[in-house]
Amino acid sequence: MRIRRDRALSALILLPSVVAVGVFVYGFIGWTAYVAMSNWNSFVPDLSFAGLRNFADLFQTPRFQIDLRNTLVFTLTFLAGCLGIGLLLAVLLDRQIRGEALFRNAFLFPMSISFIVGGTVWQWLLNPSTGVNLLLDAAGLGALRSPWYTEPRIAIYAVVIAALWQMSGFTMALYLAGLRGISDELREAARVDGASDLQLYRHVIIPLLHPITLSAAIVLGHVSLKIFDLVFAMTGSGPAFSTDVPGIFMFETTFRGNRFAEGATISIIMLVMVAVVIIPYLIYSSRTEAEA
Amino acid sequence: MGRGRPRATRVLLYAILAFFAAFYLMPVYVLVNNGLKSFREVSLSRMWAPPQQVTLEGFGKALRELAPNLRNSVVLVVPAALVSAALGSVNGYVLAKWKFAGADVVFPLLLFGMFIPYQSVLIPLVQFLQWLGGLLSVRLYGSITGLVLVHVVYGIPITTLIFRNYYATVPTEIVEAARIDGAGLVGVYRNVILPLSMPAFVVVMIWQVTQIWNEFLFAVIVTSNPAQQPVQVALRNLAGSQIVEWNVQMAGALLAALPPLLVYIFLGRYFLRGLMAGALKG
Repeated sequence: MRIRRDRALSALILLPSVVAVGVFVYGFIGWTAYVAMSNWNSFVPDLSFAGLRNFADLFQTPRFQIDLRNTLVFTLTFLAGCLGIGLLLAVLLDRQIRGEALFRNAFLFPMSISFIVGGTVWQWLLNPSTGVNLLLDAAGLGALRSPWYTEPRIAIYAVVIAALWQMSGFTMALYLAGLRGISDELREAARVDGASDLQLYRHVIIPLLHPITLSAAIVLGHVSLKIFDLVFAMTGSGPAFSTDVPGIFMFETTFRGNRFAEGATISIIMLVMVAVVIIPYLIYSSRTEAEA
Repeated sequence: MGRGRPRATRVLLYAILAFFAAFYLMPVYVLVNNGLKSFREVSLSRMWAPPQQVTLEGFGKALRELAPNLRNSVVLVVPAALVSAALGSVNGYVLAKWKFAGADVVFPLLLFGMFIPYQSVLIPLVQFLQWLGGLLSVRLYGSITGLVLVHVVYGIPITTLIFRNYYATVPTEIVEAARIDGAGLVGVYRNVILPLSMPAFVVVMIWQVTQIWNEFLFAVIVTSNPAQQPVQVALRNLAGSQIVEWNVQMAGALLAALPPLLVYIFLGRYFLRGLMAGALKG
């Protein structure tokens, strides 16, 4: 009797959160999808049905085509950079480094700082007439000077540099935790078998870190598909949309241009991109958890 | 490893680490260095040169300009973090220790809310806040109150996740023993679970405080009135303004970054744990 009452109570406790998330996440997504299929493209709401026309139009829009390309380039380079730098730093730190805690903190602290602050600082640091370019001059490496984000062909990579500054410490922390979890016996055994350090990492340690690589890739991937404030603070969409991303396009279209249906359409595409990455991950991790 | 490894390797190792440390710390140097310069001295071409005369003029001006927004951020962060932590705690408890039929479906559905691009809820959110505000005769759209509500709701997934994973480590035997002694769902929570919850509360509060302090998209959409804007939005306006007072901008950026930075410096261990909880379940 009591157990049954408690079970009912447990559902009751969850109810407010379930309702809130039901409305604010699922209800709102449904409403956004509805707006995306409407003709509401002025300040005056017009929810007449337009079907999938907004989607067809959006994919024809040159700016959105640039956005998709930028998202792909940004995601691939950002992921590769974060995983590469993170693994390198973690491996180095795992080798009995004096002052390890200091290095670790230096690598990870940008994670605690907002993308707005990060974007603002890197706007100065990668400004063609100041920042890093002055340092390169002073170091006699003037040949490496770059116009950074002012040159459309490379501007997106300047944003990647800022994003790596903010997030690569995160993969370092994950990998370092993973490395610390690998037993010394395993390393010793590999060494006794005559494995060199390089072979040890390639054939034993890195394969053991695969689950971490996967989790990190999913977390970083969904961050990069949604990226907004960093770009907004650093470069906006320019020059010539070379650093434009769907998040910025959606923001400007909807809240500066009052084209609500078009903005909703962009955001539904963003949602689909994130869902493709996240849903399999959620299913996979809830299954493995059920087995454990 | 220590025995007779070539010294050159060690030197190279430290050189690489030092290079990266310089890369990560470079922005902090720029902010502090230029924030401490006077308006007359600050110039982009001498960004790296230390100040000839250290002055707090830039920080003073930045503080005066951002003070209302810093206050807004505090007024936003404290209740939003507290309420979302409390909700996460009871949710996590129920999900970890009182699994009812359907809990395995509800949990991933809640979690998904953590990953969605918030762009996909912004339009209805604005409409909803306007509607609900009108209904309750409270200003929700355009106010910190509305923003608190938003952060509480969208904070539920992560706080629930962290608490649930933490409570999963509390041995079921303790819960069973309390139940045999006659404690019900509420009794077990109050007498057994809550007293053990401190570490999880610390992690969740730190995580939520830093996240909400740093958040920009909801803030800029929900609070269009400058008097109600949190510091991140105000900083963006400051940095985007026409008057180029680099020293004030850099001091302002440092002020906006300082609270989460201090949290990280003093409580980094817990910050990291929140990070891991979000990334690696279990």
